[in-house]
Amino acid sequence: MWENIKTFASEFFVTGDPLIYGADVSIALTLVAIVFALTYFKKWQWLWKEWITTVDHKKIGIMYILCSILMLFRGGVDALLMRTQLAMPDMQFLNAEHYNAIFTTHGVIMILFMAMPFMFGLFNIMVPLQIGARDVAFPFLNSLSFWLFFWGAMLFNMSFVIGGSPDAGWLAYPPLSGIDHSPGVGQNFYIWGIQISGIGSLMTGINFVVTILKMRTPGMKLMRMPMFTWSALSSCLTIMLAFPILTVTLAMLFIDRFAGGHFFTLDGGGNPMMYINLIWMWGHPEVYIVVLPAFGVFSEIFATFSKKKLFGYTSMVLAMMSIAIFSFFTWAHHFFTMGSGANVNAFFAVTTMLIAIPTGVKIFNWLFTMYKGKITFETPMLWAISFIPCFVIGGMTGVMLSVAPADFQFHNSYFLIAHFHQVLIGGVVFGFFAGLYYWWPKMFGFRLNERIGKWAFWFWNIGFYVCFMPQYGLGLMGMTRRVNEYDWSQGWDMGWMPLNIVSTVGAFLMGIGFIFQVWQIAYSIKNHKRDVNGDPWNGRTLEWSLPSPAPVYNFATLPKIQEVDSWWEEKERIKAGKPTPQAPLEPIHMPDNSAIPFIQSLFWFIAGFGFVFNWMFFAIPGLIGVAVTMIVRSFQKDEGYYIPVDEIKKTEASTRGAG
Amino acid sequence: MANVNANHHDSHDHHGESHGSVKSYVIGFILSIVLTIIPLVVVLQGWMTGNAAIAVIMITAVLQFLIQMLFFMHLKEEKKPRYNLLALLLALVIVVTVVAGSIWIMMYNTVAH
Repeated sequence: MWENIKTFASEFFVTGDPLIYGADVSIALTLVAIVFALTYFKKWQWLWKEWITTVDHKKIGIMYILCSILMLFRGGVDALLMRTQLAMPDMQFLNAEHYNAIFTTHGVIMILFMAMPFMFGLFNIMVPLQIGARDVAFPFLNSLSFWLFFWGAMLFNMSFVIGGSPDAGWLAYPPLSGIDHSPGVGQNFYIWGIQISGIGSLMTGINFVVTILKMRTPGMKLMRMPMFTWSALSSCLTIMLAFPILTVTLAMLFIDRFAGGHFFTLDGGGNPMMYINLIWMWGHPEVYIVVLPAFGVFSEIFATFSKKKLFGYTSMVLAMMSIAIFSFFTWAHHFFTMGSGANVNAFFAVTTMLIAIPTGVKIFNWLFTMYKGKITFETPMLWAISFIPCFVIGGMTGVMLSVAPADFQFHNSYFLIAHFHQVLIGGVVFGFFAGLYYWWPKMFGFRLNERIGKWAFWFWNIGFYVCFMPQYGLGLMGMTRRVNEYDWSQGWDMGWMPLNIVSTVGAFLMGIGFIFQVWQIAYSIKNHKRDVNGDPWNGRTLEWSLPSPAPVYNFATLPKIQEVDSWWEEKERIKAGKPTPQAPLEPIHMPDNSAIPFIQSLFWFIAGFGFVFNWMFFAIPGLIGVAVTMIVRSFQKDEGYYIPVDEIKKTEASTRGAG
Repeated sequence: MANVNANHHDSHDHHGESHGSVKSYVIGFILSIVLTIIPLVVVLQGWMTGNAAIAVIMITAVLQFLIQMLFFMHLKEEKKPRYNLLALLLALVIVVTVVAGSIWIMMYNTVAH
């Protein structure tokens, strides 16, 4: 009996590495600390009522961003571990298997559990405020999306200490990710973690498309919407069309692994190349899904901090929408070397070059927005300005990669690694940081400390170039991605050491930048001045017309919109003494909280865990739980509640001061 | 009440679009089952093989798609602006790209041959 338990435990838990034991201890300590703190300060009920069961889009957004920053920390630690291993030849820091697991989890976490939730967080908080809505179209679904993401991410992250991490790359190409070559549970964690959170992503996409199309305030025509809302619309449309492809592809991989299918195995008549073809049909739109909202953030910031209207509003909208569509026609550039012939490669090379055109249009729009503007350099603007050169270099190396014959040299080298980090960090991460700094006062009612923020900004920015510029060189020198060591003794040291050391230094500079950001947030929470007028940056769009943080119903009366940048124009009218008259207050209808999203997602987690270990006594009850919660929900009469006029008056008086 | 209606979440009451009758749901349900059974039987019983079987699967799949759209998604009954129709057309473009693109890419795939 004891022996059985010991064997089980040694397979169930990841063992043998001091780093993992350290992580085990810290996870256990963190959990104990959280439980203790919640109990000591009697916060369990608060957590349940105010956060876990909430359907308020602002709170869900905050939870998304909190999770994504935690995931940024984990993915960032993965990155630093990799850079440490690669700093010098013959490093004995991580063994090959551990290195494989770390580059896999780094990629998955950064794209799916950092960038995606950060983006959803910004959508959640800002899109309803920008279009004058009181919540999203489907508040219950919104909460369900968040909890599916949360439990999916938990399932994926658990693989680190239980069962073993996936180690077949962030897109898990078969045959390596097939059952023959990855017999462990790691790939199952990969499939189920992504599937469960993927359902949530798809629902969020639908939710925001409907919200933007159907819930705009009177007068907010499509062509009067703020640019961030346009970017959310284009990104969500792309989600709706791309995520089903991911779901189907991973389901096929699961059938291959779980039920002995042969979709992607050569011996049974399948073809592993088909997996690569399918996964990039999602994978390429995916990078536009995350970068388009960053473009939206930059558009808002450039206009606000230049005190000018955005240059070329219509061309910006057209560029965004055409990128959203074109992103579906370029996927094969990820596998030019697969051998599909010259015609296929030529077609996809040309489409890839074409997509650079709308992106170039946007760059010029931003530059002309700043031209002759009254520019001020607060932290959001710093991130936005630094994005332009970074993204231009990243884009140009992308065009280099799109030249199919040349790609045979660049393919899967560090040149590629440097390229996509440049567009993903320089575009997406800088964009979301800029958005976080820009909208932080709206979310929490105070500004973040500028001085520490500038330190963070410079560490990130300099660190970025120090880390990734050498990698272009390394790629051209022949260093391929995913190598875990380059060995003196094997006689194939190619002089890669100096550039690798520089790159590692750069990675740690970015790590220091992250520490500055954490310090900045902690410092600002302790020593801040309340933002009283709700419009700290002299903003242009509707969200700045509200008190900070916005009341639960957002808008006491729905504003009537007459133009783009309506809040800016309204401020001009107020100055001229002719404000737009507001409708009298009426009771506001709001949705009820619900515990079902949390419980149903927990059942998904249980089912997923069962499928990971092939334990049907977990999987089946989990799925039954999912079905029961769905049925319970369909028979619920959820009619919401009304906030009476007196209460609105009281809230408005207290949040807006005397006015 | 315009304020309230604009933010009405389960709003079945104010836009007056029909959501089908029991009869149309039953017809749609039966048609979709029949269209599922046909290809299944054809393949399992070995009535047809090769290109003929593929053709049957493809045709019933397309019909199935139309049934779903008309009877369950109420595509015909939509009022302007026809967002559903637009979304569907966009999705069709993507589906054609996915299918035709995959066939094109995989056909010339020299590794698999």
